[in-house]
This record gives sequence, structure tokens and C-alpha cells, in this order.
Amino acid sequence: MNKYEVVIGLEIHAELRTRTKIFCGCSTEFGGEPNSHCCPVCLGLPGVLPVLNQKAVEFAIMAGLALNCEIAEYSKFDRKNYFYPDLTKAYQVSQFDLPICGRGQVGFDLDGTKYVAGITRVHLEEEAGKSVHSGDNILGSDYSSLDYNRAGIPLIEIVTEPDLRSPAEAKAFLEQLKLTLQYIAVSDCKMQEGSLRCDANVSLRPLHQEELGTKVEIKNLNSFRALERALEYEVARQTEYLDQSKVIVQETRAWDDVRGVTVSMRSKEESHDYRYFPEPDLVPLQVDPNWVGSLASGLPELPLAKKERLQKQFGLSDYEAGFLVSSLEDSQFFEKTVAIYPNPKVVCNWVMGEYTRLRNTTEEEEQLGHLTPEMLAELLSMVEKGAVSGTLAKDVLTEMYLHGKTASAIVEAKGLSQISDLSTLTELVERVLQEHPALVDRFRSGEEKLLGFFVGQIMKETRGKANPGLVNTLLQEKLH
Amino acid sequence: MMELNRCSATKLAALLERGEVSSKDIACSLIQRIADVEPQVRAFITFNKESLLAQAEESDCRRREGRTLSPWDGIPIALKDNISTRGLKTTCGSKMLANYTPPYDATVVERIKQAGLLVMGKTNMDEFAMGSSTENSAFFLTGNPHDYSKVPGGSSGGSAAAVGAREVPWSLGSDTGGSIRQPASFCGVVGLKPTYGLVSRYGLVAFASSLDQIGPIAGNVQDTAALLQIIAGHDQKDSTSVPQNTPQFTTSVRGERDKLIVGIPQEYFGAGLNLEVKEAVLSAVRRLEQQGAIIKEVTLPSTDYAIETYYLIATSEASSNLARYDGVRYGLRVEGSDALSMFKKTRSQGFGPEVKRRIILGTYALSAGYYDAYYKKAQQVRTLIRNEMQSALAEVDVLITPTTPTTAFGFGEKKDPMEMYLSDIYTVNINLAGVPGISVPCGTDSKGLPIGLQIVGNHFGEQTILDVAYTLECLAQGGKVDE
Repeated sequence: MNKYEVVIGLEIHAELRTRTKIFCGCSTEFGGEPNSHCCPVCLGLPGVLPVLNQKAVEFAIMAGLALNCEIAEYSKFDRKNYFYPDLTKAYQVSQFDLPICGRGQVGFDLDGTKYVAGITRVHLEEEAGKSVHSGDNILGSDYSSLDYNRAGIPLIEIVTEPDLRSPAEAKAFLEQLKLTLQYIAVSDCKMQEGSLRCDANVSLRPLHQEELGTKVEIKNLNSFRALERALEYEVARQTEYLDQSKVIVQETRAWDDVRGVTVSMRSKEESHDYRYFPEPDLVPLQVDPNWVGSLASGLPELPLAKKERLQKQFGLSDYEAGFLVSSLEDSQFFEKTVAIYPNPKVVCNWVMGEYTRLRNTTEEEEQLGHLTPEMLAELLSMVEKGAVSGTLAKDVLTEMYLHGKTASAIVEAKGLSQISDLSTLTELVERVLQEHPALVDRFRSGEEKLLGFFVGQIMKETRGKANPGLVNTLLQEKLH
Repeated sequence: MMELNRCSATKLAALLERGEVSSKDIACSLIQRIADVEPQVRAFITFNKESLLAQAEESDCRRREGRTLSPWDGIPIALKDNISTRGLKTTCGSKMLANYTPPYDATVVERIKQAGLLVMGKTNMDEFAMGSSTENSAFFLTGNPHDYSKVPGGSSGGSAAAVGAREVPWSLGSDTGGSIRQPASFCGVVGLKPTYGLVSRYGLVAFASSLDQIGPIAGNVQDTAALLQIIAGHDQKDSTSVPQNTPQFTTSVRGERDKLIVGIPQEYFGAGLNLEVKEAVLSAVRRLEQQGAIIKEVTLPSTDYAIETYYLIATSEASSNLARYDGVRYGLRVEGSDALSMFKKTRSQGFGPEVKRRIILGTYALSAGYYDAYYKKAQQVRTLIRNEMQSALAEVDVLITPTTPTTAFGFGEKKDPMEMYLSDIYTVNINLAGVPGISVPCGTDSKGLPIGLQIVGNHFGEQTILDVAYTLECLAQGGKVDE
């Protein structure tokens, strides 16, 4: 029985996928030659001024709406001042006391149980550039290089209430948040590319104590797995401290993924004074409630709502619906296919099975485009009609996926049509049985398992094209 | 051959239009003048004779081919060295940017180039616009054209001196707490600070973002109005620039002035004001009265808090605006053992003492535990100052005050920074309130040093203050407008 309650809050940064940066017209495209997506404004040259990107505001509002937040009619920008080579103006334009979005909440599922976590706020800010150190680590590097392509990309910072009660909950919450932002297409949320970042705050308190324990901030979490592992480690570390009545220091710790530990980075005494003050180069942000209203009504269906609908509308299980919903592409693919070939269970099996396997094993995401819902629907109805066997259909699907040919074209070209002609099959069955009289006798004496051998022989002869159902029936007839 | 360098821009435009002179003639006249007096004036950080002549040739060619860009095509102009000019060094009077060449033009520069004006040089200034005498320039001292042992004022000292010395008919300066008006006053020329937001700040190296404005300096009111006309107006690149149509100032510069109501704020005529300056300003006011103007005494009590409010807000914003000078991307870099060490060394060596003083003061005012008492409080007082100014200007058409408490002082005379700050006493409130102000020459003192009179209008009241300025100019010259 746990003696302590775990209290976790998350601070998430998501890059908004606007075409241009938050205060200038430079491209936000990932990659590219270092310092090729830069201009005087995002480089912070003497004399430049920011101009706010409306799309960034739109995306921030959409994110707030999807997280059930209040949208502030009046908000403003502030300067967060600190020195670092990747920060071109030595201040980051952010929102301090009047953010664009206020309180909200996010529902998520974990192991069949429904949870709700509160959102404290969502605000807009700008990205810094990227440092590349000459060595493995900043310490011991002879020099560092700065790439400012990323400087000025719009970010939203999402702060949660300390409502999460376990590392698993935190991970599930973050997955739901990521999915939600992807569904409304405001962010790619790719942790590996840095378009989604997460810091965690964790503290422990004795059960039934209202007062929160000492909070420790954890940084350098580069994957969902890292988040979970780091939190588990930290909970264990703090538990041990409390058990031994040792004082937990309020500090920031970095997760070391290689060693599997958190390491102290800086303590409260060294924390920055950012000297926040209102950004004088930008006017306060006033949003028209009608605009917000139209954005709200324009929001696509969100993951949780879709999950429930898929279960109700198509009779899918909680697990099946959850699986499909976890990828926007998959759920859309599923529904489009079912619209043409209305057998949801079959479609679901194929999407969850073969289609997912293909997507996971091929490298290029572009290959997704080769398989359309129409193509899959055609294949499935061919299987249903017996034009191709279920087993061969898997190979056909692979071919369709990789080269974009339709099922009928592939089946015809490779002569894979299922043989369902009774006279052909009857002849085949009789021939096979004639070739193995000893085994036939053994079967008739009770070795029913030998049926599989005869089926296999016929499949071998026909290179898998014989209709297995008919073959079975014919064999049963002939053997008895 | 008349001395073209003594002609106003308006006069030069007429001569060019009539074909009586070429742009090259004008350029040669300025070049000669600069050769004669610049060793004592030292207004310019950058002046390139060849470039000026080449630009003049291009302008003459345009004129021959009937492609003039504006009536001002071919007239040279000088720019304060904190205004970004593509391909031309922009030093801000600082070692930090001694070799910085911007890759872009400020919006005002684009506009003057589009009108065909010739950018003939960059002028000296107090480092990063911080100062009231141009003594804080990291490079050299600029002399007052009326007495080379006196300061030209600051921070736009070079721009005012160049015009005052007739090295150029007009120039652009910047004004955060009086930096156009005060040097204009000291150098005997006209200088105007526009309403905040009227002229784009894009390309002006920021000192105090909520106070800075670029403005014209010229030998007379007509030229000042014309130059303002060229640079003013909404700029998409400046979020604080007003989306308002610029009135046609030049056409509105006219003489009649009856039923004008002039406010005289008592706080601007009290202790600390030099008696000769006081008398010159009041005597000009009396002349207006004789022309039918009504003079009202008004009171602006929060003038008492002007300097403190200004120096808290301006230095706070400056501490943030100047943080980008860290040696990483451009400007001076002094290598260190790591980034922090490089920042410290670069900034220690790159900034002069006044700049450091203000950065430290501003950092302090914004720091945790002090923000509410200093920065926030100052902004609240600023609202009072602004409201008070607006209420006063609701009762009168304009306020008239001296521009500065004294005429130009000598080099090294004001050693105490506070003493230097106090010389801004009549100008800072105008920046804090965001209203427009113009300084016009109003006689000289017994040492022959120019006295300046300031006219303050309500927001977007440029037309009114230019009118009154023009009237005073006419009255002072016994009716003559320009040479």
C-alpha cells in the first residue's frame, strides 16, 4: 500500500505548424541549411520590430478550445529576459500574466478507466535557435555553432494543474494531448524533431495531506517512454528520501536516459529572475468573440469523441476504437473504407492487422498514399466473393501498398485468382487422394489430422489459389 | 554663385525644378562647406564624397530624363547613426557597433530614397542615444556651430550641428526624452518630435521602445514639415505605427493665427530656468498675443515627477533592448573562455559608462522585488502625466515652453549625470505623453548662443504646432520666411 500520494504536473511546449514564423515571414520548414530561414527580424538585428502572425494566434486559440479552455478576449505579450547564445534578442517574447487561454481540462483513458486533468493555461511564445556543440556535450567542447532557423517559430506552452497521480497517468495524458493537437492540425507533435517537448514537476505527500510536498522539476525528456521512466525513477527516489526523513531539495533535475537516473541541474537559489515586463513593440491582443466562435464550430471531431462514436456507430470494442483513434490517418482510412465496403469488423481487422504492419515496416511515409480506401475496399470485397483467397490477399495488399496497383490488376497479372471451379477442384482432390492411398487409409482409420496434409498438397499444387473452403468440403466428401 | 549650402531644401527644390542648379552643384557646395568647417564641427561619423557625387549624378540623370522621384529628388540629407542604412555603417556612436553594417534600410530610409533624396552621411550621437550633449559618443566630440567650445546638445548632436553649420539642409534625428528638440535648440535650428506612432521605428536602433521616435531637423519650419511628410505614415513592419492617414503638412503651413489659445505651464517657467531664455520665450509669446492669440496660464503638477518617471521607464526598456549586444552574431566580440565570459568581456568593453549606468539602473528597476515599486509605479505615473497633458491640451491649442533650461553648455561642464538628466526637464514629459513637440529658434543669449522655444500639441496635432512654429518664425524674421 502506498504511503505517499504522487502529484505530477506537466509543462508542454508544442511548435505550431504555421507556414511562417511568429513575428516575421521566414519559413518554419524543418531541416534546411543552417541559418537559411532567417531575416533581420528573427535574428534580432539592431532596429528590427516584431509583427504578430495571425495564424499563430488562430492555432493557439484552437488548441485552447480543444482543451476546453477559456479564451481571453484581452491578452498581451511580455519579454522574458535572459542571456544565451541561442536567444537572438536576449529576451523571449512570451505571455506572462495575461495568456491567450485560461483554465481548461483534458479527458483521457488509461486501462479502461476515465480520467480528467486540469489545464492551468495555454500561452503563445517564440522558439529560440539551436546550439550544436563541437563535442558530445557542451562541457569540453571547443566551440559551439548556432543555427537560428528555429528562432521565432511559434510555440504554445501548455501548463497542467498538478492533477496527475502516477507516471502512467502522465504518459496517457500526454498521449491524449498530443493526439488532440494533431487532430486539430495545429502541431505535428514530433518529440524526436522537437516539435513537442515536455517537462514534468513531481512531488510526493503523505496520504490525506492537503499540503503539497516539495516539487522537483525534471527536464530533458525526449520521448514518452523517457517521461514514464523518469517519473518512475523520481517517485522512487523521493519515496526513499521521505522514508528516511531526508529533505527533498526543490530543484531542477535532468533525466539521463543512458544511465536511467535524474541528475541535479540547478537549485532554487540559482533560478533566473526573468525581469518580465510588457512587450512595448507589440500592442495588446484583442480577439473578436465571433472569430473565436467560428473557430470553435470549425474544430474537427476530437479523439475521445471519435472513439466513443466509432464504438457506437460501428460496434467496435473499446480497444479497437482506441487503436484506430490513436492515429488520425488510420481512423480516417477506416471510415472511408467502411463507407464503400460496409463491414466494419472486417475492415477494422485489416487496418489493425496487415495495414498497420505495412505502415510500421516501410520507411517512407509517402508510401501511405499508394493505398487508398477504395483500393482496400475492392480487395476486401474480392475476398468476400472468393475471387482471391484470404491468405493470398495479404500478399496482394503488400503489392498494392508498395506499388499502388489495384487488387484486381495484381490478381489478374499474377494469375492469383482463387480457383473455385468445382470440376477443377474435384479433379485435383481426386488426383491427390489417388497419389496417397496409404494416407487415405490412415485418415479413414481415424487420423483426422491428416486432412491438413491433403489441404496443403492441394494448396501447393495450386500455389495457394485453391478456395480453401471448397477444398475442405470436397475432401470431406471424398474421404468419407 | 550663391552659396547653395545656405539655401533651404524648399528653395533648392525650386532651383532644381527651374533648372537653375543641378544636384551636382548642390553636392559640390556641401562638399566645400564640409571641407571648410567639419574639422571643427565634426558632425559626421560617415561621409563619403564620392558616393554623394555619384548619387547627385544619378539624380541629375533622372531629372534630364523626366523621371524625378519627387520634388525633393537630388537634395542631400544626413541621418543620425542609429538609423539603419543598408551597406552603410550604423554605429550608434558606440564601440559595440563600430564596424556594424546593416543588411537592410530602415523604413524612413526607404521612404527618403523613394523620394530621391541623397543619403550623404551618418551623424555623430551620444552612444545608443543616451545623453544630452553628444559627449557620450565613443568616437569624438561634436562642436556647436555657434561656438565650437560648446556642446551641440544630444543625443542627435551631429544631425543638429550639421544643419546648424549649413553642411546639409536637413537631417533626421531620434527623440526619446528630447534628443531632437534639445540639440535643435542648442544649434539654432528647427527640430520636431512627432506623435508616438506617426513615424515608423522599423530600423531605428531601439533605446526605449515606448518613447523613441524619428523626426526631422531643418533650418526652417517649411523644410521640417516637408521632411516629416516624406517619412510619416503607417508601416506594416512596425506594430506600434498608427494606421492613420498622414495629413498634408506642407500645404498647411500658413501664417494667420488669430483666436489661437496658447497655454503657458507654470512649472516650466520656475526655478532653474535661465533668465535670458525665459525672457526670449515669453517675448515670443507676447508677439503671438499681439497677433490676436489668447494666452492662458496652465498647470501640469506631475512635471515634478517627469525626470524620475522617464529615467525609470527608459532605462528599463533600454536594459532589455541592449541585451542583444552579446558578441555572438554581429558587432564587437571579445573572446572568452565560455559564452558567459564572452558576454561579460564584450559588453564591458563595448559599452561606455553612461550606457552601462543606464543598463544597470534599468535592470534594477525591473528586477524581482523591485518591479512594482519602480517600473510599474513609473508606468502608472506616466498615465497621470499623459492624462494631465491631454486635459491641458483640451483647454488650449498648444503649450509653449522653453525647450531647455539653458543655452548650450561647455564640454565637460556637466560632470554629474543627474545634472545632465535634469537638463531634459522640459522635454521628457512630451515623450512620456506621446504628444508631438517642435523646437524653433527664438533669439540668442548675450553670448550669441541660440535659444529654443518648444511648442507642444495634442496627439496628431502636428499641423497645429507647425502652424504656430511657422507663425513665430515669420514674426521673428519680421515677416521673412526663408532665404
